[in-house]
Amino acid sequence: MAGDDEVWLDDEAGPLIRPYTVNSGRTRPTVEMDLLSLVVTTGKPSPDVDPEHVKVIGLCQTPLSVVEVAAHLRLPVMVTKVLLSDLVDCGAIVIWASSTSSSHVTDRVLLEKLLDGLQRI
Amino acid sequence: MVYNESEMLAIQVKILIAGGFGVGKTTFVGSTSEIEPLNTEELITAASMGIDNLSRTVDKSTTTVAFDFGRLTIPQHNIVLYLFGTPGQERFWFMWDELSAGALGAIVLADTRRLQESFAAIDFFENRGIRFLVAVNVFDDAFPYEPDEVRAALELDSQVPIVLCDARDRRSAMSVLRTLIQYLLAAASAYSA
Repeated sequence: MAGDDEVWLDDEAGPLIRPYTVNSGRTRPTVEMDLLSLVVTTGKPSPDVDPEHVKVIGLCQTPLSVVEVAAHLRLPVMVTKVLLSDLVDCGAIVIWASSTSSSHVTDRVLLEKLLDGLQRI
Repeated sequence: MVYNESEMLAIQVKILIAGGFGVGKTTFVGSTSEIEPLNTEELITAASMGIDNLSRTVDKSTTTVAFDFGRLTIPQHNIVLYLFGTPGQERFWFMWDELSAGALGAIVLADTRRLQESFAAIDFFENRGIRFLVAVNVFDDAFPYEPDEVRAALELDSQVPIVLCDARDRRSAMSVLRTLIQYLLAAASAYSA
């Protein structure tokens, strides 16, 4: 029988942070996406019943940005991306690259539309 | 349901709200966002920075930076504007390329009682070529400096707009956003001329 003072979780166990448990220890997504990439559910059932997966599928019935998904899941962005990669791999969601790019900075038409919209608010 | 990508996808743009700790970034995001501001975090790995010894790991330290963001939809033009309040720990979010990549522009909020706290953000945007304006968040007990005095103190180029605002007031905050877009538009016109 183990004594009360026996340490079976030592430094080698690493930090016990739940997000890494969610991702089975992986820290890099396999699918490219950024903060504003849009996530949308395909309707194809996910083969597993991971609670985070189920939540994403529910959240993304209409397109939602990666950063908003992260906020709703209360998980760091990188952890969320790994999770989303898994869902792309099993076909439960698709990710649309965000249409934002540095070329917009000099896009006068876009800026004029944005200004017009802000003036109406 | 099947979405037609070209019809459904809004153009998504982002603007950064930067500035020192406690200067009103979160308040500004809250005043302009159409949704209750959301909060999330990112894990930043700073390799061999030699600044903080956050863990017993020798070669790298990982820190969590929390940030707020909000959203404004421009339905007439199918544009969604995201407002990102940058995290307080400047030396870490500066290393987070994804946050600033592709940003349309930035608003540096300043408090005249602690102007020096704006320098880091100003340097960052200047170095990255991200256009910004300075919005002085007017606190009741702060001395009412003129914009030109603030410009001199911050050593800003003459074309960088400086405006006074009350980050708590939606009309005031929206006015700052419009001023930024007008500035970007003028700069884009000069660029393409």
